[in-house]
Amino acid sequence: MDNQALPNCARTETVNNIRKDSTAVSVDTMEESPQLIVCDHLTKIYGKSETKALDSVTFSIPSSGVFVLIGRNGSGKTTLVRILATELEPTSGTARINGIDVVKEPRDLREKIAIVPQEARTIPWMTPMQTVLSYLLWRGLDYSEAKRRALDSLERLGLSAYSKTLNRRLSGGMKRKVLVATVISSEAEIIFLDEPTTGLDPISRREFWEILKEIGKDRFTFLTTHYLEEAEQLANEIGVLNRGRLIRVGTLDELRQSVNYNYSMKLLSKPPSDFLTRLKGEVLTGRDGNVRILTSEEEAFAISRDLSRTGFKFTINPISLDDIFFYLVNQEGDKGIGVPEELETEEE
Amino acid sequence: MRNYPVVLINTVLSPLSFLVLITFVSRGSLIKIAVEGAFIMSMFSSGMSLQSDLSHLKNDFKLQDMVVSSPTTWLTYMFGVALSEIVYSIPALTVLAILASYFSVLSASGVLEFLVVLLLMFFASMAVGYTLSTFSSDIVQSFAFTRLLSTLFSTIPPVYYPITYIPLPFRYLAYLSPTTYAAQLAQNAGGYVSPSLTMIVLDWVVLIAVTVTLFAIARSKARWREI
Repeated sequence: MDNQALPNCARTETVNNIRKDSTAVSVDTMEESPQLIVCDHLTKIYGKSETKALDSVTFSIPSSGVFVLIGRNGSGKTTLVRILATELEPTSGTARINGIDVVKEPRDLREKIAIVPQEARTIPWMTPMQTVLSYLLWRGLDYSEAKRRALDSLERLGLSAYSKTLNRRLSGGMKRKVLVATVISSEAEIIFLDEPTTGLDPISRREFWEILKEIGKDRFTFLTTHYLEEAEQLANEIGVLNRGRLIRVGTLDELRQSVNYNYSMKLLSKPPSDFLTRLKGEVLTGRDGNVRILTSEEEAFAISRDLSRTGFKFTINPISLDDIFFYLVNQEGDKGIGVPEELETEEE
Repeated sequence: MRNYPVVLINTVLSPLSFLVLITFVSRGSLIKIAVEGAFIMSMFSSGMSLQSDLSHLKNDFKLQDMVVSSPTTWLTYMFGVALSEIVYSIPALTVLAILASYFSVLSASGVLEFLVVLLLMFFASMAVGYTLSTFSSDIVQSFAFTRLLSTLFSTIPPVYYPITYIPLPFRYLAYLSPTTYAAQLAQNAGGYVSPSLTMIVLDWVVLIAVTVTLFAIARSKARWREI
């Protein structure tokens, strides 16, 4: 989407690096850069619960490409997406998309957005064509326009040959494609996809990434995932959510810079007792006892030489989003998070 | 419909089973009123079915979430799905129309009055069904509740028979159900009962007021956007 086409977009002051205080995160590297989504102290408490599903989330996102929100299950990703997609009211705080208040002006905003919710399913007794067409008719398009758009989007996602096959006969990956075809067929400028690839096999997931990259070229896509490799592959910007708090927003490079280390070592067996005390770097110990060391390139190779002599097993890699996530979460005081099963990487 | 034709049989069976029962028990004397009652039950059940169907679409397919985040309003969504409920009821309504044309002799104004009563009944039950569906998180509970409400409001009150068949102290309880007013108006339209003018006016006022109130509740209390 063309940034110039955003008449009411908020503007934020220039900040040359990632700015972070206890509750707010903002990233802007361009002078007077237009921001598409601006959240200000967004908080959500469900019912009479004392736990905050979202805790004073403050951030702004520029208006193009793919924004990926990562976090563990229960970190508040879906709550944030549902608030932005006008499905859920926040307890306090404000959110504006393209200058439109999410809470006060939902009708105006709904013309511009579309969402595939988490755990959305295609209706089994409908065909992909009927699924897409009926959604467009709901949105108020006339039949001929809806049909043209439905055919276009099904073709774009490689579903033309299956347009008249019942959804229940399609594979899991194809059903997800039908749902994505449904929202991209609409006139919406902003697409929300809440964990669209969860449960897909690695090959289908990679196919999906190509589709999502294409979608991100012509409209803003807000994606949530707990696959960190997915975020690395797709994101122009990444947000890290932990226990309802947005702890960092930035490009992958900016997130890398915020860690101060560029290599990650994973120890595959228990290290000698005095080994960890001699290290220069950040040592992250999981609940399962696995040790991950974030350190400099020089130090990483020095350690690896020492460990190789003793026959100790380890892996060494340039720092990944996986490492950054663990580092940031650890910095937030969530010590000993280990390798949570909710967060999956291809390597694991 | 094409995939699950048994659903169509079910929509025909429910109103017809009570029709047959009342006809046999009354030795045929109440068949005309029972046919009208079956129409009312069919329309009421169609509206009430929104509860289970919308709950199914909301909880199992997340369709409501997709629709909420679109320009579609709750009213459009509710009427859209309600229309599909009517489509499912077409076989039942066709059978009842054939029976009505054979047994009943309604004037043009009587037919019009009867159609308005049926529409109000449908709108009222639709508003209830929609409102309840937005609170539902369990589809099994929704299906059970739909059946319970349909039975409670369309078979226990005097829908298939005149209210005068109910002993007086209990008659007042029957007036707690909006279907009682609808049935009384329908029976009057067919000329099968002759209530006073005051009673007829009261029936219309109550039926319209109930429908408007239920729509107002749907608008203000239903969880279209969750809190």
